[in-house]
Amino acid sequence: MQPIIELRNVSKSFGTVVALQDLSFAVHAGEVHCLLGDNGAGKSTLIKILSGVHPPSKGSYLIGGEPAHITSPRQALDRGIATVYQDLAMIPLLSITRNFFLGREPMKGVSPFARLDVAHADRIVVKELAEIGIDVRDPSQAVGTLSGGERQCLAIARAVHFGARVLILDEPTSALGVHQAAIVLKYVAQARSRGLGVVFISHNIHHAFAVADRFTLLNRGRSMGTFPRSAVTRDDVLHVMAGGEDLRRVEREISELGARRMASG
Amino acid sequence: MSDILKSELPLRKGAGSDSARLRRAPLLARALRRPELGALSGVILIYLIFFAVAGSSGMFTVEGQINILTVAAEIGIIAAAVALLMIAGEFDLSIGSMIGFAGVIIGLGTTVYGLPLTVSILLALVVCAAIGALNGYLTVKTGLPSFVVTLASLFILRGLAISGTRYISGYTQISKITESDPESPMIPLFAGKVGQGFFRWMAEVGWIGTKPNGAPSIEGLPVSILWWIALTAGATWILLRTRFGNWIFAVGGDAVAALRVGVPVNRVKIILFSLTAAAAVLFAATQITEVGSTDTLRGTLKEFDAIIAVVIGGTLLTGGYGSAVGALLGALIYGTVQIGILYTGVDSDLFKVFLGVMVLLAVLFNNYVRRRATQER
Repeated sequence: MQPIIELRNVSKSFGTVVALQDLSFAVHAGEVHCLLGDNGAGKSTLIKILSGVHPPSKGSYLIGGEPAHITSPRQALDRGIATVYQDLAMIPLLSITRNFFLGREPMKGVSPFARLDVAHADRIVVKELAEIGIDVRDPSQAVGTLSGGERQCLAIARAVHFGARVLILDEPTSALGVHQAAIVLKYVAQARSRGLGVVFISHNIHHAFAVADRFTLLNRGRSMGTFPRSAVTRDDVLHVMAGGEDLRRVEREISELGARRMASG
Repeated sequence: MSDILKSELPLRKGAGSDSARLRRAPLLARALRRPELGALSGVILIYLIFFAVAGSSGMFTVEGQINILTVAAEIGIIAAAVALLMIAGEFDLSIGSMIGFAGVIIGLGTTVYGLPLTVSILLALVVCAAIGALNGYLTVKTGLPSFVVTLASLFILRGLAISGTRYISGYTQISKITESDPESPMIPLFAGKVGQGFFRWMAEVGWIGTKPNGAPSIEGLPVSILWWIALTAGATWILLRTRFGNWIFAVGGDAVAALRVGVPVNRVKIILFSLTAAAAVLFAATQITEVGSTDTLRGTLKEFDAIIAVVIGGTLLTGGYGSAVGALLGALIYGTVQIGILYTGVDSDLFKVFLGVMVLLAVLFNNYVRRRATQER
């Protein structure tokens, strides 16, 4: 099956710093592809390439099998690739409806009397949120009154409503409590069943295992491989993420230190 | 493995999409969310206080109320534009100097260069709107706080107005401006009186006084009050019913998030700085056509009066939340107290003390309302 988006042998460097090296990555429709890696592993660079912020230095970016030349987030959005950022998704003081339609406000009437179609917008927002199980009492209330999980869901619902085929979710659950995270994970699973491709970036192995179909592990700008969920255990993944070998060496050094102290004392 | 998903979720299952689900919060709860609420209660409270203290002093006659509205209209004309700018998260400290600068262009244009009043007012509008846009451009390009950028323009514009006027005319005051073009349509447009027939009728039935020659003591409603109301209505329409208005709230609420969904953040800010400058020109035009002369120091400290009216009207100093109707009510409080205090016999310099206290209370109250509006429920 043709992936919706695919990176082939992509490298990205900023001056002399190599952020990504020879990386290949693909997302299919109806799949949650989870990207795991420690800080500095290259996750943000990968997101920025996918969402059109940076072009790759080497390698190719394919959308629907065709080489694509994406140079701005707006272009990525127009091709159906939507990125939902962890904290900057919503404006807390602005109403739910106004946030949902920000930048794409529905209008009615003829200029100069064209005006926001508030009633229509409110109806759409209530309907979209009801579909994901969030009961909004009043869509004119500020987004700040929603819980963190509901806010993330609203941001995802907005991307889906405006035609996203691929969702790039940057740490969507990291700032959330257990219940709030569950709301978001449930919605991610729902988006998958509607045929969207999801790139799910996370630090949290438990959240990742709850929804992911495949994992790609990143370490220092290189891919450690892509695995289907059935092929790996949480411990395997945890081991790679925690820098397994590094950790073992540290343990060995600490115990050697202890032994030397015993000997000299 | 997906045990998190299987756990009990506190989800309220959506019941469908029929319009009955579009419930509105109760009236009181909705009223508490409006930014104007504080200012409206303030207006009522202040009227009650003045009615108790100075109820029989003439403050509550038609003349007294028109005096109040005239003062409120002056502040309100600039406050309507300042409200939009402050909701977008920016300040303009150069408004007062801009008023002086616009006055100088209008005055010198008409008296020294012999331009029709209409042309010199339009010239002032174009020049000042461009300077306002420059304020905005410098703010967004340098990333400095607009507080700093417009503090610089405050001094630059005032200095240019004074030295330029002295260089060209030899004085720092410009008189006989309307006398140079007495038939100009600008005079009724900015300084006219409306409803003169109604005011003659009120004089006949004795609601307002008459002059010795039989004419009513007040000719009519100053047209500046209509400008004030029209600008407030226009600003409210922009905020609540246009795309641009939605962007104003978004830019002040979180500029980075707004940028990410495609809002042209810099353009919105530059336009608003320009509109604020245009409101300063309107202020200068109403003053000059009324009095017939101007002074290079005209407008001094007006930027703070406007900011005070806007803040009393419920707009957050940090942006993202506020209203133009609130600014109108803030200006009304300002006018009522400034004129009302004269009727009470209290030392009128205490007006400034009152303003200071009001600002402090208003900011505290606004912050409380903001916390309420954005609390998780």
